[in-house]
Amino acid sequence: MSDQNNNSENKELEALMAETIGVKIGPHKSWDPVNQPMIRHWAEAMDDKNPRYTDPEFAAGTEEGSIIAPPTMLQAWTMRGASWKHAPGTKERAADQPYVLDILDDHGYIGVVAVNCDQEYFRNLVPGDDISHYMEIEGISEQKQTGLGVGYFVTELWTFVDQNDEKVGEMRFRLLKFCPPKEAPKAASKPAVESDDKPKKALRPRPGMNKDTRFFWEGLKEGKLLIQRCTSCQTLRHPPTPMCPSCRSLERDAVEASGKGVIHSYVNMHHPDLPAFDASPNPVALVELEEGTRLVAGLIGIEPEDVRIGLPVQAEITQCDDELALALFRPVSEK
Amino acid sequence: MANGLSGQAAIVGIGATEFSKNSGRSEMQLAVECVTQALADAGIDPSEVDGISTFTMDNNPEIEVFREIGGKELKMFSRVHYGGGAACATVQQAAMAVASGVCEVVVCYRAMNERSEYRFGSGMQNTPAESDYETTHYGWYIPHGLVTPASWVAMSAQRYLYDTGATTEDFGRIAVAARQFAATNPNAWFYEKPITLEDHQNSRWIAEPLRLLDCCQESDGGVAIVVTSAERAKKLNKEPVIIKGAAQGACDDPQMMTAYYRKDISRLSEVNLVAKQLYKQAGMTPDNIDAAVIYDHFTPFVMTQLEEFGFADKGKAKDFIRSGQIEMGGRLPINMHGGQLGEAYVHGMNGISEAVRQVRGEAVNQVDKVENMLVSAGTGVPTSGLILGKG
Repeated sequence: MSDQNNNSENKELEALMAETIGVKIGPHKSWDPVNQPMIRHWAEAMDDKNPRYTDPEFAAGTEEGSIIAPPTMLQAWTMRGASWKHAPGTKERAADQPYVLDILDDHGYIGVVAVNCDQEYFRNLVPGDDISHYMEIEGISEQKQTGLGVGYFVTELWTFVDQNDEKVGEMRFRLLKFCPPKEAPKAASKPAVESDDKPKKALRPRPGMNKDTRFFWEGLKEGKLLIQRCTSCQTLRHPPTPMCPSCRSLERDAVEASGKGVIHSYVNMHHPDLPAFDASPNPVALVELEEGTRLVAGLIGIEPEDVRIGLPVQAEITQCDDELALALFRPVSEK
Repeated sequence: MANGLSGQAAIVGIGATEFSKNSGRSEMQLAVECVTQALADAGIDPSEVDGISTFTMDNNPEIEVFREIGGKELKMFSRVHYGGGAACATVQQAAMAVASGVCEVVVCYRAMNERSEYRFGSGMQNTPAESDYETTHYGWYIPHGLVTPASWVAMSAQRYLYDTGATTEDFGRIAVAARQFAATNPNAWFYEKPITLEDHQNSRWIAEPLRLLDCCQESDGGVAIVVTSAERAKKLNKEPVIIKGAAQGACDDPQMMTAYYRKDISRLSEVNLVAKQLYKQAGMTPDNIDAAVIYDHFTPFVMTQLEEFGFADKGKAKDFIRSGQIEMGGRLPINMHGGQLGEAYVHGMNGISEAVRQVRGEAVNQVDKVENMLVSAGTGVPTSGLILGKG
């Protein structure tokens, strides 16, 4: 997640986002038609004493012949209620329709700030007008470096129409979705790789480890896939534990696995699409080792659609970055 | 009475906030809103609450909820672990406290801004160097990219398909059925938004074999349940809903979300353990169950649960589902509120409310002549269940 400089990754993200441009969503209906009580509340809250908003007598002498809604209320009519629901008749975006803000969230651009909002009014709204709006993504900027972090500016275009489907106003709402810079992790303060100009590759999530499991990770660093063994009853077990569930002994050591196994089950991981993983989808298997224990491990050297239960695989200890070595598994070609 | 617990306690009140993607208020506010609403539904003054049970994952301390509702003497406060697996266990805790005479009025609640403040679906990332047990546990999965509940369930689901010959269309039929019920439930997030099997098959992959429409929602909302003695229940507002069975279960090399090391990973042996206990306590068989709320965080485990609870033979849930048995008019309509796929994801507590409404006869999608309802809780984790019925 920390690395947003990877070009191919950006291209992929930008292509995904581009598909969302110009897709019109709506209508979003109003809970209430334009009405005097809401206008009065607004004018009072804004301390706006314009008699065209609240004084029917005065308003009778104006072009509209009646009170009008403050133009800046435009957005208020079609807002969701306090329950966050849209008014009946609203056609919302389908849950599975890609949406640029969700896509950015999924790619680590989880920060959001509103940047600016421009409204344009084509006519004054009067009580009885029934307003709906449509929303589309009008534009997405290139990737920008901002004070808040790397991000994209997204412009939403809201079109407001009346009961006759005539356009009464427009609003452009721009926001910045950004990737908040992470606090420098302790290990990253080492000058080693960072001074390099090469883009830093996002790291795989770190495994939690403790006194019971550290030997396993240390073993991988030495190129060994270890399986814990009870030295009382000789039962092998994974994941490692202090006590043997078979004989309750605390005595244990570890044996090196041959690395041969078969795929017992698998997942092709699509979402969230983590930048640390080269493959998308990322195939991950539950491997049953020939020694009898199982472990979860990423697959290499195979297309996700070719993964099958029962496929023979062989461990390949892989140094993923400076600190993390993992046993990944590669299919064994059947002879 | 087959068991000391069965029939001793009753659910007498249910309460809930609206279900949304952004509640706009704190989790604590959601908690006290749903708790007081449930007590009002029961006709019990909040000052009478003397027991509370919730989830370890809930962020609202029992004593704070108790303090804000004007509680006087709290004699039992418990929290149950393992995510949604806790749902029915909170009611079991309440029933045990009431049956043993420790408490008179117990409230169970779960209130969360799981969509607007944090999302379980966004995945686990980095972990501290010297980790507690559970962080260490997830360390076996996250470096390989299995970082979400969907991904952990997908591993078992893939094997289930392989072992049983079911297809992802069978998963889809569960989603379609849930959304069908949600479409006619005004409290459901997906009210008036049914889907087709084609929609399901066209929805994007999340963790193959799971698609977007196999995954429950992420929601903001709160739900509370009030439990008191069956005796007192007779004198209250609403028709008592008797707790005829209440059980928890963990067995067979249990793990939190990743029971991949037991011999058969297409089974949910802990659900089977809950089922055995429930039927024994209630003196019932699956034949006595008219409808059910089957925990649906992800569709595949609905199939496994139907098998473990005895409604379909092992590996045969697909036939049960294909023949429409989980729909209205079928042998066992399930999740008539729309489930967590259609109504909202409140860690299973909204399903308990639905079971109560069904027994009372006040549900929007009411099943005819409900005598007994089965309710299950989160699966893929140590779990729990209830049999609720008429007195």
